[in-house]
Amino acid sequence: MNDFWIILEGSLVAVSCGLLGVYLILRKMAMVGDAISHAVLPGIVIAYLVAQSRSSFFTLLGAALFGLLTTFMIEVFSKKARIQSDASIGITFTWLFAIGVILVSAFSGNVDLDQECVLYGDIAYVPFDTLYIGSTDLGPAPVWLQAINLIAVLILLRVGHRGFLITSFDPAFSSGLGIKTDTWHYVLMGAVSFTVVLSFNAVGAILVVAFLVVPPATAYLISKQVETMMAYTVLFGILSAIGGFYLATWWNSSISGAMAVAAGILFVLVFAAKKVFMRQQKKTTANAFDGKLEFRDGVLVD
Amino acid sequence: MGGNFAWVMIGCALIGAGASAVGVFSFLRKQALVGDAVAHALLPGVVLAFMFTGEKDIWFLFPGAFVAGWLGLLSIDLISKNSKIKPDTAIAIVLTVFFAIGIVLLTHVQQSNYGNQSGLEAFLFGKAAAMLPADITLFVTVDIALILLIVLTYRYLKLYSFDPDFAKAIGLPVKLIQFILSSLTVLAVASGIQAVGVVLMAALIITPAAAARFFTGRLSHMIILAMVIGIISSLIGVYISSLAVSMPTGPWIVMVLSIIAIMAFVFAPRKGMLQRSRKRKTHQVKIRRENLLKLFYSLEEKKQKQFYTRPQLLRSRRFRGRELELLLNRLLKKGLLQKQENRYGLTEKGRSEATRVVRLHRLWELYLNERMNIAPDHVHHDAEAIEHIITPELERELLKDLGYPELDPHHSEIPGIKGMQR
Repeated sequence: MNDFWIILEGSLVAVSCGLLGVYLILRKMAMVGDAISHAVLPGIVIAYLVAQSRSSFFTLLGAALFGLLTTFMIEVFSKKARIQSDASIGITFTWLFAIGVILVSAFSGNVDLDQECVLYGDIAYVPFDTLYIGSTDLGPAPVWLQAINLIAVLILLRVGHRGFLITSFDPAFSSGLGIKTDTWHYVLMGAVSFTVVLSFNAVGAILVVAFLVVPPATAYLISKQVETMMAYTVLFGILSAIGGFYLATWWNSSISGAMAVAAGILFVLVFAAKKVFMRQQKKTTANAFDGKLEFRDGVLVD
Repeated sequence: MGGNFAWVMIGCALIGAGASAVGVFSFLRKQALVGDAVAHALLPGVVLAFMFTGEKDIWFLFPGAFVAGWLGLLSIDLISKNSKIKPDTAIAIVLTVFFAIGIVLLTHVQQSNYGNQSGLEAFLFGKAAAMLPADITLFVTVDIALILLIVLTYRYLKLYSFDPDFAKAIGLPVKLIQFILSSLTVLAVASGIQAVGVVLMAALIITPAAAARFFTGRLSHMIILAMVIGIISSLIGVYISSLAVSMPTGPWIVMVLSIIAIMAFVFAPRKGMLQRSRKRKTHQVKIRRENLLKLFYSLEEKKQKQFYTRPQLLRSRRFRGRELELLLNRLLKKGLLQKQENRYGLTEKGRSEATRVVRLHRLWELYLNERMNIAPDHVHHDAEAIEHIITPELERELLKDLGYPELDPHHSEIPGIKGMQR
């Protein structure tokens, strides 16, 4: 039963992160997920210091606020100070992360908190965080939270798909149409930071970032339409969660890490398959031009 | 403290210098985050080196890190060159997947019997104080070597960074230069990682370069300035963290670095945010002033009257809120306008200024119409913008080119030409 919960949690994270990641990749903002996942550390620490508890509600709130602050700072650096966008991302998240680590060290005497437990959570502990109503065992709380978040993400995509799409592909045109590009940007980044924060508490930052980027990128290789890309993303995400779980049990290692590795393996496979396929196609075309192949009634005969 | 502390300081300063110098090149080639990816990509190399040798000695771990970092760089290149995936996505993929491989290896080592691996994290998560003299010796050697390498190959690196196609065309060994640049990046990251940790390594590469860019446009100056910023931040960071027992070194270095950089973004002369917004503001004030003077001029032209009340002015041009009132007061003070009871009118000084602006406007309209063949009803908008920018030299050119014309395309008089010396 524990195995089931872990795989389910992994798949839920994979799907909600992956779907949002599709837009990140289309907007050339793949590194923003990585940035957010590190930059929220001071938010978590401050929430902890203010609320004096590791209650997930305050942690989530603090982290989500810092997630938005991160995207805001990146915007200010690149728009107002005119620093190239990759450098603004790097400067922002390293600075916030440094503040976070300093805060952790400054208060580590009287606080039960360290950067490893915040950032490097492991999905293996998910089944033990059980949710009870009365005395009924409802299964792990993180899974419930993640499921609710996924539903929220799906609703957001259903409502906002066209807005996200048009502002991703042609921001200038959409501004011309009177669409509020900035608003869509912050809605998307808000959803990303919330999802990132909610997920990495349970599964660790590295897996969250991997699910944000790797399955959508794999899907991007073989799709021409955003809808297809999303479908493939869901498929690859779930496959990575399942594959990673068994990889970890077989080779005795971190499950979160193994799920990210599985996503990487899928990427390499699809990448290679596409290369081989394209080479073959090129050969066929070349042969056709050399007259080695015959066409009959416009159809290729081999 | 004592001897070891001084050694740590020197080590961190040189690490900062090396990373900053290399970072300038990554920054200029718009690959600032590559350093972040390389830092994460080192992990599997470090763990594998440990697994094969069973040693935590830096002389074994460092080559492992170097090879893994190199593979990471190669993979980024391979992915972005051979598919439609953009470089930023390729960086993110390599970063996460390599790091995840490292985590899998590390946790596997922890859960199996590989002997004592407990020091491996120190290499990755930044414990400068835990650096042994032997570690520091290695890092210092590496960083001195890479600074020397930059000095020796400077001309080629510069040319390649700004125009790789040109470098190739004139027969430079582009592949070799690329190899050197990549090796520099990997070496800088691998030698710095123990001081600041995986996550913060990116700051050592990016932030000094970004700050230096605000002060200079010359590559050599930029490298030197970035190195100075890197060294100063490292020294201050090490010092601050030595004041309290539990204070980490890397985050303090990055903290100082970021504060210096943000000060540069805001206060730098010419390119800083403050200077630019001040410049923009003075320009806007100038535009508003000239527009109001122009309004008076055209009212005089139409109604043959010198003085106007505020409601009359408001009827002819739209103003926001108290904008008109403020402007009128400012121009009164400057002696460009005069006031009679509640009516305002141009002074002599104001009229000559207004004449100049109107002349430029109409000259430009005529120029667009005659030389660019743009219809008379399409030229106003463009002239409205350029009238505030045309310099006296340009005005003379226009006058000469158009033969000191007296009428614009709308058959209005171009003022102030008649008495002009040809």
